[in-house]
This record gives sequence, C-alpha cells and structure tokens, in this order.
Amino acid sequence: MTALAWLIPCALLLGLLGLAAFLWSLNTGQFEDLDGASWRALQDDEPTPRGPSLP
Amino acid sequence: MVLTMRQPAGTAAGASPAVMTTLAVENMHCGGCMRKAEAALSAVPGVGSARANLSARRVMAMHNPSVVGAADLVDVLGRAGFKAAEIAEDGADVRAKAADQDILKRLGVAGFAAANIMLLSVSVWSGAAGDMTQSAQTLFHWLSALIALPAVAYAGQPFFHSAVQALRARRLNMDVPISLGVMLATAMSLYQTMRGSEQVYFDAAVTLLFFLLVGRTLDQRMRGRAAGAAANLLGLRSAAATVVAPDGSTARVSTRMLVPGTKVLTATGERFAADGRIVEGCGEVDESLVTGETLPRTVAAGSVVYAGTVNLSGPILTEATATDQNTLLNEIARLMSAAEQARGRYVRLADRAAQLYAPAVHILGLVTFLGWLLTGHGWETALTAAIAVLIITCPCALALAVPAVQVAATSRLFGNGVLVKAPDGLERLAEVDTVVFDKTGTLTLGEPVLVETRALNHNVLERAAALAAASRHPYARAVVRAATAAGLSVRPADQVREVPGCGLERIGSQAQPGGGHERLGSAVWCGAAVPTLETAQVWYRGGDGTIVGLSFEDRLRADAAYVVSRLHDAGFATELLSGDLVAVVEAAAAGSGIDHWKAGQSPVDKIARLEELKATGRKVLMVGDGLNDAPALAAAHASLSPTTAADISQTAADALVQGERLTPVLETLAVARAAHRMALQNFAIAIGYNCVFVPLAMAGIVTPLIAAVAMSASSIAVTANAVRLKTKPLELTQ
Repeated sequence: MTALAWLIPCALLLGLLGLAAFLWSLNTGQFEDLDGASWRALQDDEPTPRGPSLP
Repeated sequence: MVLTMRQPAGTAAGASPAVMTTLAVENMHCGGCMRKAEAALSAVPGVGSARANLSARRVMAMHNPSVVGAADLVDVLGRAGFKAAEIAEDGADVRAKAADQDILKRLGVAGFAAANIMLLSVSVWSGAAGDMTQSAQTLFHWLSALIALPAVAYAGQPFFHSAVQALRARRLNMDVPISLGVMLATAMSLYQTMRGSEQVYFDAAVTLLFFLLVGRTLDQRMRGRAAGAAANLLGLRSAAATVVAPDGSTARVSTRMLVPGTKVLTATGERFAADGRIVEGCGEVDESLVTGETLPRTVAAGSVVYAGTVNLSGPILTEATATDQNTLLNEIARLMSAAEQARGRYVRLADRAAQLYAPAVHILGLVTFLGWLLTGHGWETALTAAIAVLIITCPCALALAVPAVQVAATSRLFGNGVLVKAPDGLERLAEVDTVVFDKTGTLTLGEPVLVETRALNHNVLERAAALAAASRHPYARAVVRAATAAGLSVRPADQVREVPGCGLERIGSQAQPGGGHERLGSAVWCGAAVPTLETAQVWYRGGDGTIVGLSFEDRLRADAAYVVSRLHDAGFATELLSGDLVAVVEAAAAGSGIDHWKAGQSPVDKIARLEELKATGRKVLMVGDGLNDAPALAAAHASLSPTTAADISQTAADALVQGERLTPVLETLAVARAAHRMALQNFAIAIGYNCVFVPLAMAGIVTPLIAAVAMSASSIAVTANAVRLKTKPLELTQ
C-alpha cells in the first residue's frame, strides 16, 4: 500500500502537467490555425516569428 | 473594438507605434501560398512581421502605418497573385474568439478530470472484486472528490448558466436535466464518500460533462468558421474607392473609411462604393443589384445613387451620404428587422427534442425515487437509483446528436462552395417545400449578352466592336464578346470618343470608305426613330448612315433549367419573383421552366407573396441576390444567396453559394434533408440506449461504472453515425 502514497501523486502530477501543457498551448494560440500548422512543419526555412501581438 | 488601430494624431513619424492589420486572402490554399504571402509582406519596408492563418484564410501583419498603409499591403498581396482585402475585426469576432478559448479550456479541464477519476474508479471497481481494503477505497473516493468538485464547478458552468436562464424564462431545455443530473450525482457522491459507501458517481458526472463539452465545442467551432468565412467574403467584395480631396488630389481608400461628405470618383464600369448624391457627371446606372431591374437608369447631377450599383457611362463624382438618410435603404432595413424577428421564433430540433425529453427524464427519476421509497427501501437507496436513472438518461448522446451531424453536413457543403451561416439554417433548409427565385443575378448571370448575333451583318458587328473596344460599358463589352465569339477579329478603332450618357463616337475621315461619323449608343444619339415594340437598347449608326439596333438580354445561368426541373422532380414547387419588366421575367420563367412568376415586384410585394405562401402552409426557400431581395431573404423560412449578392443580402441569407452555377442549391437541399434524417437516426440511437438501460437503472441493477460506459458508448455511436454524412452519396428525392 505504501506504493500508493507516491504512485497516486505521481499520476496526478503527470495529469496536471498534461493539462498545464494544453492550457499553455491554448493561450499561445497554437489551436488557431490547425491547417497551417501542418504545412509549417514541412517548411525548412527559418521559423517566422510567432503571430503579431497587440502592443 | 477595432483591432486595426489608427495611429494617434500628432505622433512623430519615427516613433509611431506599429498597428496590426488583418487581411482576408481569398486564394491561399496551401503551405506554399502561405509562405509566399508572408514573404511578400515581410519584404515590404515598414512591415514588422506577417503571419498567415490558413484555416481562417487571413494574414495578420504588424506594420508602421506612416510608412506603409493597409491599402499598400493589399496591393503587395495583389502583385504576389493574391486577392486580399482589409478586414476589421469587430467586437463579434473578438467575443467569438474568447468564447472559443473559454470552451476549450473547460473541455481540457473536464478531460483531465475525467481521465484521472476514471483511472481511480477502475482501480476501485476492479479492486472491489479483489483484495482492496475499505480504507484504500475511501481514499480513492476522496481523491476522486478532490478532482471532481472543482472540475464540475468549472467545466459545468456553461450548462448551469443556460439551465438557469431557461428556468427563469419558465422553459425547459436540454441543459436542465444535464445540470440536475450532474449536480445531484456530485452532491450524492460527496455524501456517500463521507459515509464511506460504495455508491460513488464522480466518474459518471465528469465523463458526462466531458462528452457534452465535446458537442458544445464542435457546435461553436462550426459557427465560428462560417462567420469568419462570411466576413472574409464581404471584406473581399467591398473594394477600394477613389476619394477626391478638396485640393483635387485623389487617393484609393477602403470603402469602410468613407464618411458622409466624402467626394468619391467612380470610373466607368465600377460599382459605387457608397450611397451618394451626384455632384458632377451624368449617364446611366445599372441598378439591377438594388431593384432587380435590368434596364439602366439615367442619372444626372443631384440624383441619388446607391452603393453596389454600376456606373455604366463616364466618370461620376458623388458626395457620400449617410445611409440612414436614404429612403430606400431605410425601408429595406425596416422590413428586414421585422422579418427577422418573426424568424427568431424558430425552435431548433434539439430544443424541440428537449421539450419532450426533459420532462420525461424528470418524471422517470421521480418515479424511481418514489417507487423505491414506497417499497420500503431507505431514501439513500431510492436516491441512488434515481441518480442512476438521471445519469443514464442524461441527454449526452442527444446533445451530441445534432452538433455532430451539423459539423459533418456543413463541412461537406463547405467543400462544395456552400457556406452555411445561420446556426439553425440547415434545419430550416431541410423543411423547405417551395423554392422562390429572384431573376436578375440569381437565375440569370446578371450581365448582358448580345442576342440575335446571327441576324446581324458581320460587317456591322465588326465595326461596332471596333468602337466598343474603347469602352468599359457592360453593353460595349458584350458587343466585343459577341464579335469575338462570331470569329471576328476585334481591332480597336482610333480616335474614339466616349460621350457620357450618350455613347461612343468616331469622327471618320473622308478618305475612308463610307467616311462620315460612326456612332454606337442610345437611340437619340444615333438618330434612330424608335418603334414602340423595339427591344434594342443600343444602336449603331455606320459612316454611310445605316442604323442597326442591338438587343441584349441577361442570359439564364447555364444550369438554371436543369436545377428547376430537378426541383420539380423532387416535388418542390417553384416560383419566380422579380422587380423587372413583364416581358423579361416571362422569358426567364419560360427559359428555366418555372410556371408561376410575377414581375414588377417591390420588396414589399415580395414579402407579401411569401406571407401568402406561408399562410397556405408552405415552407419557402428564397434564393436571391439583390438589395431588394434582402427583406424577402430574411422573411422566408430559409434563404440562399450567391456570393455576388449585395452585402445586406449576404448578411440576411442563411447560406451563401459560390461560383457561377445554381446546382449547389440542389446539393444544399439534399444535404440539409440528409442531415435532418441523420439527426433523427441519432435521436433513435440515443433513445434506443435509454430504452435498454433505463429499466435496468430503475430496477437498481446498473452500477455507476456501467452507467458511465453505456453513456460513452452511445455518444461514440452517434458521432460515428454522423461522420458517414461526409462521404455518403446523396440525391435530392421526394
């Protein structure tokens, strides 16, 4: 049973990490252009700066 | 809020802040286009960065407006081969984006909670059969509660708000049983957890929320995509206007920048960018987009011209007037808002289902509770069974049934060039049994074609075309097209003069055979005596004094007759309502095979006719493009517009059809009907699940885990069924 004491927090932490990653990607606009993103992966030039943000 | 922020006055040019401009780019289809557009913009001095969004077909550019303006960016993209236009991201756009983000966040939280609680639940349920101790089980339940409570409180909010709103209005919608089920299940589970009981439902409550949020997200994304695409279309159509400054200098600006009092110069063949009063110039104006009439109207200084009409003769200088001073537009706006209010009362399929379903669910839950209580079981057992019923019946599949079908249907239509704008548009389209067409620009192409070319002397046609080549007048262009089609080589004549309001003239030299003046234009200008029954609109007078009349007609779209006959085969009634003259409308009706037609219809007449049809129990689909059709489009049960339609008509229509063909009308009706059938199928699947599991739940046999699994399975079944609509071959039948 002692295994549970660290396994459960581990599981929860990993889950929360996944959630945090999702929220981060959402806030940085990574879901705004799903069609374009798949093409950008194939472009081999310098990555363009991320979308313009309001001043 | 307008994201395109203008530079505040008085800022030094060097230190002026960069602004962000959003440009709609029509023909950007792949990664290559995206890169090309970005590269073209980034290369311009004064542009900080440019980023394309392929899904939205837009490019956002940061630029310094004192170095390079938005109009220049459009020009740059134009030179790179893209059709672009500046888009004002207004409040609705920003709100839609925020709502999209919000629902995705809630979906993420619900997904995380559902996965983790399910993990714990599966351990408990498999452990219960094995050697799990009571204390470990209670620990797992507490952990589930710890995750579930905040997750339900956060992710359930859209449903709770909607349920409260419905209850306040003394209605029941789908969200009432959802909210009740989720809240009761959570509260009951918390109570059972405190008591250390086994009957804990956190997993079911949170999984339910997750699936429901998937449906909500699909619905919202679909609407956002349609709204964005419609905004792009409108932006691309409203081209720039030539503004004349008080000092006489001219500049091209976006039509949105026009304010009352601005002097606008409209060249021959251009559309007027704004309503205005003519200051200088005279001539003819094609008002077919506004009135539906194909014969041009003669205007002179002081006349009022409407945005969207075409200047047929020489350049005209107008002073823009505010649209609300304009009686015609005023009238149309008033008619439209009245018509739209009437349509606002339409109840969507899912809500109609909820009106039947929600009371049934509540009654079943109550009967279960009372049944168990009255047969001598404790209130806890009774409540547990009642919650199981609520969870099983929770309209998860019902809430997914319609959005999933609509997403599949709209994306299929999107691929075929039909843009469904109204959220309930598909449902209303499915109920249509009568199709009413407008003539000009809808059934016809909206541009003149020279008729009886064969009867014309080729020599005359060649001479007329040589004159016409110098003009951008639609009739002149039609003459050139006819000459080219007849196999003649069109060589533009020298020294052709265009006289506004009259026509074209070439002063012949005596050395040439026939000598004399040649003229192409109005009857008076050419000195023709016009017989009353003559249909010719343009006359040609040769150097030798021969006078020939040239007739034009607005030709039917190539597939108009086919579409009408297919509609008749499928049992639809058709009708033609036009603002044009009797003879022209009669010919168009005969050509397309429509039996019932009415000519000379004003916007009020059109609405009256639609009301008449409605009174006889008909559900009318209005297909129209003109400004004069806008009220009828709003008043009809459902409406379609070509993307060449007036802005106000595009806004009023439920769906927009791209391209030169009418056939997408058939596809739209077929898909709408199939979507309706499929939504009903999905309801049947969802209700079928309920019929199996509700009696089990009422009998208290269903464990929370089985409830959660059954619910998920029915959700997946309805989604899988809906996806079939994307590829299924469809025919419009009775």
